[in-house]
Amino acid sequence: MTDWITPAEWEALLLSFKISTIAVGSALPFAILTASLLSRPPFPGKALLDGIVHLPLILPPVVMGYLLLITFGTRAPLGAWLQSTFDLRFVFSWTGAALAAAIITFPFQVRAIRLAIESMDPGLIEAAKTLGAGPIDRFISITLPLALPGILAGAITAFAASLGEFGAIITFVSNIPGETRTLPLAIYSALQTPGGEEAAARLVILAIALAFLGLILSEFAARHAKKRMGQ
Amino acid sequence: MTLCVKLSHHIQNFHLDLAFELPAKGLTALFGPSGSGKSLTTNAIAGLITPQVGEISLNGHRLFSSSQRINCPSHKRNIGYMFQDSRLFPHLTIKKNLLFGAKRCKQSPTHDEIQQIIAMLDIGHLLKRHPAHLSGGEKQRVALGRALLSKPSLLLLDEPMAALDQARKQEILPHLERLRDESDIPILYISHSISEVARLADQMLLIHQGTLNAQGPVHDVMNRLDLFPLTGRFEAGTAFKATILSHDQDHSMSCVQFEGGTLWTSKLPGEVGDLVRLRIRARDVLLATEKPAAISANNIIPAIIHDYRQDPNHIMEVQLQAQGIKLLARITKKSWHRLGLQKGSTLFAIIKSISLDRRLGQDTTST
Repeated sequence: MTDWITPAEWEALLLSFKISTIAVGSALPFAILTASLLSRPPFPGKALLDGIVHLPLILPPVVMGYLLLITFGTRAPLGAWLQSTFDLRFVFSWTGAALAAAIITFPFQVRAIRLAIESMDPGLIEAAKTLGAGPIDRFISITLPLALPGILAGAITAFAASLGEFGAIITFVSNIPGETRTLPLAIYSALQTPGGEEAAARLVILAIALAFLGLILSEFAARHAKKRMGQ
Repeated sequence: MTLCVKLSHHIQNFHLDLAFELPAKGLTALFGPSGSGKSLTTNAIAGLITPQVGEISLNGHRLFSSSQRINCPSHKRNIGYMFQDSRLFPHLTIKKNLLFGAKRCKQSPTHDEIQQIIAMLDIGHLLKRHPAHLSGGEKQRVALGRALLSKPSLLLLDEPMAALDQARKQEILPHLERLRDESDIPILYISHSISEVARLADQMLLIHQGTLNAQGPVHDVMNRLDLFPLTGRFEAGTAFKATILSHDQDHSMSCVQFEGGTLWTSKLPGEVGDLVRLRIRARDVLLATEKPAAISANNIIPAIIHDYRQDPNHIMEVQLQAQGIKLLARITKKSWHRLGLQKGSTLFAIIKSISLDRRLGQDTTST
């Protein structure tokens, strides 16, 4: 029973966690910023921004992976510049997988946070104004804490979606064991290998368990947030 | 003058066009029916909306000027605003709500000042709770405290009791009265209830369909016959000042002296010599052409018909000159004809009851 999961499978699981955590964590500040921009009254370019944010939702992940490849590839201007200046390489690296997951799951975060900000009582912001709070102060002390349930919900949804990302990752950073082979890629590889059905089944059970864990976590977070509001 | 306001704002079919100044101290009511432009006016003063044309200055500082393109952001205006719906921050405890403005003002209130306001509003036992667990009256007291602790130069109270039931109103009224009497901050009190205005305000601004119809001391505005349709005829009456002459403990009555006469009222709070503002409602005044001999009413005073006005429901609103004050009476058109009344008729006004608007304290020298 000790080796019900092989080291390679364990590695894929940990890698999935690492990539998703980094992806969601680094995209979160941008998601909050974008969501608060999009919840403001109309401004020039708002529709365009909205469209760009939602692009990963409507484009096939493989297309996203391809676009990333031609943007961040070592021969592409941006990719080359990043590598020479910051020694940052995305292709065939787990950082690339995190980047792909972050971009693909960005709309999930923005949508949830935007909804939370827009459902806030604008009267509270007015009250904060009359009590001497400036724009940044209001954002930090009123908007952010009140949008917290939405931020948590967005982050957890994005994390779950990011664990399952397949198309963009395999197109952009390939399927390298220990580097970019996440849980879904490991399941795919197992199925490609003769006699790998048993390994695939184990990984599938793992993926289902993870999904449930995420669900329970988000429910718990939502309840905690509600409790903080005293409801 | 502390606050000078001149506004012109146009939205869809509504025109707001008014100008007024606020005295440096005391409570001024901005009175008018719903949709008359009261909230628009206060939101413009607080900087929550930008009027199309206008000038607003507070204590000599120009907060807004459309001609000079000045528009001070609302968080720098130092104007306290208590909203009808409290607007307490749900994620903060009552204590943190109270101190929200205090932390952000130029001269934070001292510990003693904070304790004093908490005690005045009787909210000390709520500090650790969240707003969701408070009653409507408690929320409004906290909202008032929060606005006061931001040390504003002007306090706007936007219908602070409109969302409360009668019992809750009675709970917050004494606090508002204390605030009016003890605070040095000028207060603009928005209301559509004439009884609130009568009880709380010194001065009033009467606003109707976006324009100012009258402004001045509350009893002057409320006694004006031509403003009846606006001040509300059911509550119409006469407010006047009087001094307590004596108390009749046996009958639980008080005798008061007013300009040119004395009246008996039910027992008033306060000492002999205290100044009070009393009110006689128009529907509590009966008219008689001969002095009734045996009648239960304690107050019968001679009067002359000064003016009258017929309302659409065949009710005569009669203004009487009675020993230095102008009394209002409401009688049916039938009575008017039966008694053969006209301008200048002499008669007797029988006063059924007198109510206390508010106590004015010991000072009899001021107006």
